[in-house]
Amino acid sequence: MGTLYEDIIDYGGEVFGEEHLETLRECVQCGKCTGGCPSGRNTALRTRRLMQMALVDMREEIFNAPELWFCSTCYTCYERCPKGVKVTDVIRTIRNLAAKEGHMSVPHRMIGVYVMKTGHAVPIGPDQMKLREAVGLESQPPTAQKHKDQLEQVQAIFKATGYDAMIDFDWATMNLKGMDKGGKK
Amino acid sequence: MTEESKTYAYFLGCITPNRYPGIEAATKTILKEFGIETEEMMGASCCPAPGVFGSFDMHTWLPVAARNLAIAEEMDLEIVVTCNGCYGSLQEADHLLRANPKLKEKTNKILGEFGREFKGTTKVHHSLVVFHDVIGLDRLKEKITKPMDDVNVAVHYGCHFLKPREVRGHGSSDDTYILEDLAQVTGAKTPEYKDKLMCCGAGGGNRTADSVQSLEWMRQKLVSAIEADCDCMIHPCAFCHLQLDRGQEEMEKAFGIFFNFPILFFTQFIGLAMGLSVKELGLDEQVTTMPDKLLK
Repeated sequence: MGTLYEDIIDYGGEVFGEEHLETLRECVQCGKCTGGCPSGRNTALRTRRLMQMALVDMREEIFNAPELWFCSTCYTCYERCPKGVKVTDVIRTIRNLAAKEGHMSVPHRMIGVYVMKTGHAVPIGPDQMKLREAVGLESQPPTAQKHKDQLEQVQAIFKATGYDAMIDFDWATMNLKGMDKGGKK
Repeated sequence: MTEESKTYAYFLGCITPNRYPGIEAATKTILKEFGIETEEMMGASCCPAPGVFGSFDMHTWLPVAARNLAIAEEMDLEIVVTCNGCYGSLQEADHLLRANPKLKEKTNKILGEFGREFKGTTKVHHSLVVFHDVIGLDRLKEKITKPMDDVNVAVHYGCHFLKPREVRGHGSSDDTYILEDLAQVTGAKTPEYKDKLMCCGAGGGNRTADSVQSLEWMRQKLVSAIEADCDCMIHPCAFCHLQLDRGQEEMEKAFGIFFNFPILFFTQFIGLAMGLSVKELGLDEQVTTMPDKLLK
C-alpha cells in the first residue's frame, strides 16, 4: 500500500491510463468543481476538499466520509475543471479503494446481490411481466435473467474478479452473509 | 447498408424492459415505422450501471460491459440503447478497451473462460442520435399527426449522454440542441429553465445512498421546470425516468406534496405526436399522468 495518491494512480490507472488520473496533481484548489456541483448545493459534498484530502493522503478520513457517496457522477466538475483534472474518475477510483477496504453500505452491496442473482440490478417480477404484455411485448425479455447459462457467465465474472468476496456474498444462500434470514437492508 | 435495411442490436439494460416497458415499445414501434429493425440481445445483462459498479469496482464493471459488447459483436450488429446508464457503460467500456491493448487482453482472459471475446467491432449508439441523425428531423416531421404546438417542454438530458464530452463526442454539454430539436419537430416549444442541465439526482449510487436527499435534488429541478411554465419533461434515459416518475410518488411520502408533473421518455413524446395512444406507449402504467394538452 502506497500513499492514497499512488494507490489512485495504480488501481485506476490500469483502466483509465495513469496520465488520466495523474491530472489530480494539477488541482489548484480553485473550487470551480464545488461551485457547479449539484450535490454540493444540498449535501456536505465538497469536491475541492475531496481532491485536497486525496493529495495530502487523508486516507481514513476520506474513506469514512459519508459525502464520498453523494456524488452522482454527473461529470459537471470534470467538464469544467480549468486544470483538466479528471475529477469524476478520481472520485470513482477513491470509491473503489474505499469499497475494497470494506467501506461499502449494505444497500450498495445489495445492488451486487441482484446482479449476481439475476444478471440485473433491477430484475423483473410477475407484475412487470404483465406491464410488458400490456404494451404488446413478450412477457420476459431474453436477457441473462431468463437464460441460466448466460447468467452463469455473469456470475463467473464476479467470481473471477473477487467482487463476491468483496461484498461478502454467500453463494449458498445467494445473499449477503448473515442476510438470508430476513436481515434488514 | 441502406437506410431501409438498417438493423440494430437493442441493448435493453434493466429499467427499460423491467420497469418501463412502454419505453421499449415506443422506441421499437417508431423505429419500425421508419424501416429500422431491432434485434434482441440474447443473454445480455445489466450494463452494469457505470456510476454504481464503476464506483464499487471498475475491474468488475469493465468485463461485464465487455461481455455485453461481445454479444452484439457476435450478432454482427451495432448497438442502440434507451438509457444513459447503458450508454455510459457500454460506450465508455468500448472506448477504453479499444484504446488499451493490455486492458483488452486482461478482459478477454476473463471472457475467454466462457468462450467469448471483445474484438472492438461494434459501435454503441444512443437512440437519441438514431432519431436525430439516422431517421432525421425531416422524416419525423412528415409523420407528426398531432402537433404539440401549444406545449412547453422541459428538456432534461441526464448526464451520461453528453458527458464526458471527450468520450461521448456529441459536442458541448452546455450549449445543447439534439433533444430540443426532437421536441420542436412536434411543434412544441422548449423554454430554458434554471436547472435544465442539472442531473436528476439518482446516479452514482446517490439514490441508494440517501434517497431523501436525492429526491430533494430532483424536487428543485422539477420546481424550476414548473416555474418556467413547462407542461412536461422529456428525457433520453430510463434511469432518469425511474427517478423523475417513481420519485414523485416517493417525494409525496417524504415531503407530503405530489406534483404529478408528466415525465416522458423522448420516444414516448414523439409517439403521442405521431398519434400513438397512451396505452400503446405505456404512459397509463406510470406514476405521473398525461394532461389533456398532450392528448389532443
